[in-house]
Amino acid sequence: MEKVLQEFKESLKETRIKDAKVTTTICPYCSVGCSILVYVKDGKVINIEGDPESPINQGTLCPKGASLYQMANNPYRATQPLYRAPFSKEWQTVTWDWALDRIARLVKETRDATFVQKNEKGQVVNRCEGIAHVGSAALDNEECYILQKLMRALGLVWIEHQARI
Amino acid sequence: MSRKALLIIPELCIGCRACQVACKSWNQLPAEETINEGTHENPTDLTAYTYNRIKFIEKPLNEKGIKYLFVSQRCMHCGEPLCAEVCPTETLFVSEEGAVLYLKERCIGCGLCRKACPYDVPRYDENGEISKCHLCIDRIWEGLEPACAKTCPTSSIKFGEREELINEAKKKGYKIIYGEKDFGGLGVIFALNEPPEVYELP
Amino acid sequence: MTNHYIDFKNADVILVMGANPAENHPVSMKWILKAKEERGAKLIVIDPRFTKTASKADLYFPIRSGTDIAFLGGFIKYIIDNELYFKDYVIHYTDASFLVDPEFKLPDDLDGVFSGFNEITRTYDKATWKFQLDENGVPKKDPTLQDPHCVFQLLKRHFARYTIDMVSEITGADKEKIEAAYKIMGETGKPNKVLTVLYAMGWTQHTIGAQIVRAVSIVQLLLGNVGMAGGGINALRGESNVQGACDNGLLFHILTGYNPAPSASDVDLKTYIEKYTPQTNEPKSTNWLSNRPKYIISYLKALYGDHATSENDYCYEYLPKREDGESLTWLELFDKMYEGKFKGFFAWGQNPACSTSNANKVRKALAKLDWMVAVNLWDNETASFWRGPEMNPEEIKTEVFFLPCASSVEKEGSITNSGRWLQWRYEAVKPPGECLPDADIINELYFRIKKLYETEGGVFPEPIIHLTWEYGKKNQEGKIEHMNPHLIAKEMNGYFVTDILEHPLDGKSYQKGQQIPNFLYLMDDGSTACGNWLYCGSYTEEGNMMARRGQEDPTGLGMYPNWAWCWPLNRRILYNRASVDPEGKPWDPKRAVIKWDEAQSKWIGDVPDGSAPPLAKEGGKLPFILKPLGVGAIFGPGMVDGPFPTHYEPPESPLTKHPFYSKVFYNPVIKIFCTPEDLLAACGDEKYPYIGSTYRVTEHWQTGLMTRTTDWLRELEPQNFVELSVELAEELGIKSGDKVIVSSCRGKIWAIAIVTPRIKPLKVMGKTVHFVGLPWHYGWRWPEDGRGGDNANLLTPSVGDANTLCPSTKVFMVNIEKI
Repeated sequence: MEKVLQEFKESLKETRIKDAKVTTTICPYCSVGCSILVYVKDGKVINIEGDPESPINQGTLCPKGASLYQMANNPYRATQPLYRAPFSKEWQTVTWDWALDRIARLVKETRDATFVQKNEKGQVVNRCEGIAHVGSAALDNEECYILQKLMRALGLVWIEHQARI
Repeated sequence: MSRKALLIIPELCIGCRACQVACKSWNQLPAEETINEGTHENPTDLTAYTYNRIKFIEKPLNEKGIKYLFVSQRCMHCGEPLCAEVCPTETLFVSEEGAVLYLKERCIGCGLCRKACPYDVPRYDENGEISKCHLCIDRIWEGLEPACAKTCPTSSIKFGEREELINEAKKKGYKIIYGEKDFGGLGVIFALNEPPEVYELP
Repeated sequence: MTNHYIDFKNADVILVMGANPAENHPVSMKWILKAKEERGAKLIVIDPRFTKTASKADLYFPIRSGTDIAFLGGFIKYIIDNELYFKDYVIHYTDASFLVDPEFKLPDDLDGVFSGFNEITRTYDKATWKFQLDENGVPKKDPTLQDPHCVFQLLKRHFARYTIDMVSEITGADKEKIEAAYKIMGETGKPNKVLTVLYAMGWTQHTIGAQIVRAVSIVQLLLGNVGMAGGGINALRGESNVQGACDNGLLFHILTGYNPAPSASDVDLKTYIEKYTPQTNEPKSTNWLSNRPKYIISYLKALYGDHATSENDYCYEYLPKREDGESLTWLELFDKMYEGKFKGFFAWGQNPACSTSNANKVRKALAKLDWMVAVNLWDNETASFWRGPEMNPEEIKTEVFFLPCASSVEKEGSITNSGRWLQWRYEAVKPPGECLPDADIINELYFRIKKLYETEGGVFPEPIIHLTWEYGKKNQEGKIEHMNPHLIAKEMNGYFVTDILEHPLDGKSYQKGQQIPNFLYLMDDGSTACGNWLYCGSYTEEGNMMARRGQEDPTGLGMYPNWAWCWPLNRRILYNRASVDPEGKPWDPKRAVIKWDEAQSKWIGDVPDGSAPPLAKEGGKLPFILKPLGVGAIFGPGMVDGPFPTHYEPPESPLTKHPFYSKVFYNPVIKIFCTPEDLLAACGDEKYPYIGSTYRVTEHWQTGLMTRTTDWLRELEPQNFVELSVELAEELGIKSGDKVIVSSCRGKIWAIAIVTPRIKPLKVMGKTVHFVGLPWHYGWRWPEDGRGGDNANLLTPSVGDANTLCPSTKVFMVNIEKI
């Protein structure tokens, strides 16, 4: 038996997480706010588990939190901007520059065409009526903040996100 | 070295199956291509890549409505494992901590261990080699708990010194300590308040 | 949430209704089970289905979906009839003793509606929904609670007909179990017993959702459980940062920190401030929101920096204004889109083609757009709507952009959990491929749009060009290369705009550019800038408070004041001044959230809800500081559908008439949409005989985009399913595992049948009512071969709550057939 054990120990590769860099994150799924340890080696997430120091989850995680490894290493992610032209049957890959320039152009055209400075009563309303926005609880607070900043600066009043539903 | 064990308390289990996912994540096991077979229980059996699973038991009761139980199924890490006893190639063995381990490259896939196992646990991969829960021995040796116990939100799976866990369960007033004595004492013990049959434990 | 997840461990009784924490917030069960184990707390679960949470309950029973007000109304009656309310709390800290206008009428007086109902506009004139005032403009009171016009007596009269028999008839629940629940919960009206209430979308996704929450607020005020450790009213929010997205103003009606978004008649800042700064004549009210001018002006300073001056109303003109009274909610947004009123649309981290009730309407609406920008981790049913089921791309004009963003481990920033804790997370790895953090995408868009306006001009470019945007190092073009979330967080916290020699609050001097310590320091003279006053204190001169990891728990109540940071002011339990008596002594000394220290003349414990002394002391203040009258509101004139909750049937109901009113059936003031997609089944329609309801499972999340693409989770719940009772399955010849079609008058989907004793038919008003339940996690895009099925929101109606327009997805009528 001891020989097998020895053989087994020798066959065990070094633990995956040895020498990995560890950072903390907060689970992106529900609103409990579980803290998670993220182990990284060579620029890749190699392991994820609950953060024992968090007073909320004390090292534990539910199945969604425990599956975060597969969110971080996910074969289905879209990793390039995609564009679908009017009446087209497919996506095409485009560059960021092209996509962003085109969107900026459409935003400006739509805003300029549908902007209402005064309503029928003559009250200053300064709103863009032709664009609506939804999103998002999937963003960080800082992103939510600058997003509402941008959308309101453009004059949007149709601003919603999933909290409503 | 004193013997380690998992203490499982089904009364605390909420059937979330974090243990199944954490096991797959730590051991880097691929997902099964499953379908819904009319039950939430999935995968519907242990496989070479599913070392542990939660069985869902729904028992209608007249007065109280229903019992909805969640019971972990996995290698029980017997103190005197019959699988190791029958193995012709000494593939299976017991570590100092009490984990029933296996050296894959020794396995000839004869199937004797599964036949001998009172809990029908070992499975064989596409090469015919044994595959089952190894109590995350690599974690234990690094001073970590097994992935299933670490992740369990309600401490329904606890890892620790076997004797201490048994004492703790008794102290908490659980009527039955399943696995205290069987097969040399199991390394996965269950604290129950109702007979094992209720939990579909053999 | 008034409290937070860990605080569940301090409860004596836990009511879970309209929520399913074991499946949707699994880690919270750690604290619920701890309360059971360590305090012997009782867990009561009421749900149409026997859930995993129910498996841990001391008492469980099903009710018919949508009848929660009947159950809670019956409990209010039970509390009053048996004098179980917490008298001192009710008299001192609520409006129970306030006298209401004698002309105010209850639905019992007017066959189903309150006074002021206009049958043509289907709205209320609230003229009579008000208190009688004395010569000082303060509500008249009767501390004996005997005056027939006092809130308490009106409440008693309003709920008089909610007898246990009636509750049982409406809900279908067993009388003895209803009474058992009332008895257990009724015990918590004592100072040393506390009930906590956990709810989620099971309460809000109804046409009477907001009133269900009102009903439980009344319960918790009567029992004196608000402000207490182990108490409160706790909405278990669905998403990791849905709290933060609300806090930061991503809704049509609010700016950051819940400052109201202006309407057309708020013509200038003065008008805005007058309208939205509450006044009070109650001398003991703190009336916290009297600080509104500081918050809105500091917000405008954060947005427009040096351009915002007192001379130009701090650029108030730049804020867009909707028309007065115009509601622009999610359902209304997609209704407008369906009518072709929008050219462009941003779906940022959203999947409305699956998440919106009556999703067929949304999918068709998207085809009316000229352009759409979808930002997400994965392509989804929204971004690819044009190639979805029953769509012909060749006929769809919409130009679509899909922008791939970074996941939560690929960027840095904070999120706010349901307990209002802001926690910081770090970048572990770089995003894959060309994916960018959302902040960088927002920055790129902003830079390009701004540049177009700078170079070409255009309509009213000032709000865009003058926007402050100093969030990182700029390249030669003037574009920020990579957004620094710390700089954004600092602006949200706020900074001094000018040097302050002697701050009125503490007499100390502060320098321009210094971070503001907390919102008590905000000013209304343009000397402070603050992006979100509620977050003021989160990133101070001491550093990033959200990143703190202190383990200390000085009260032993699990408040962990040094772990992360909690809005407001790091206060862990809201309304905590109500946890002490008027002398400042904790109602329950064993669970002292705060207490008044006589010797030091200050509060100790949690950060108090305002530093003023306790009510009975000199200068003492009432506990509910956000309410102009300082007390908890049992009477709710702010609601659009009545100051008290009333049971109304869902618009789609198995009943053909209201259980006790003849004039109304469903909530009379809900909005009904009129497009050809907006069908509702007639009452008692035999084609759709079963109540349908949507919910979530542990292994998936929301529309499933982040879980259907995770193989380990899809393994556990691979396909769309419908759960039904053994009794109904027998009637229909359906077995577990059968593929069935579930249909409503709006759509149909396939699902795998799960026949279960966890669902039982109920006897309601003499009629057997069947219930079937479906998850709303699936969609045609993932898994790619479509074998997961499509979304249950193809069945649900686009009607919503009267107050919030939250869609009614918990009750709709369906049919189910074996294929």
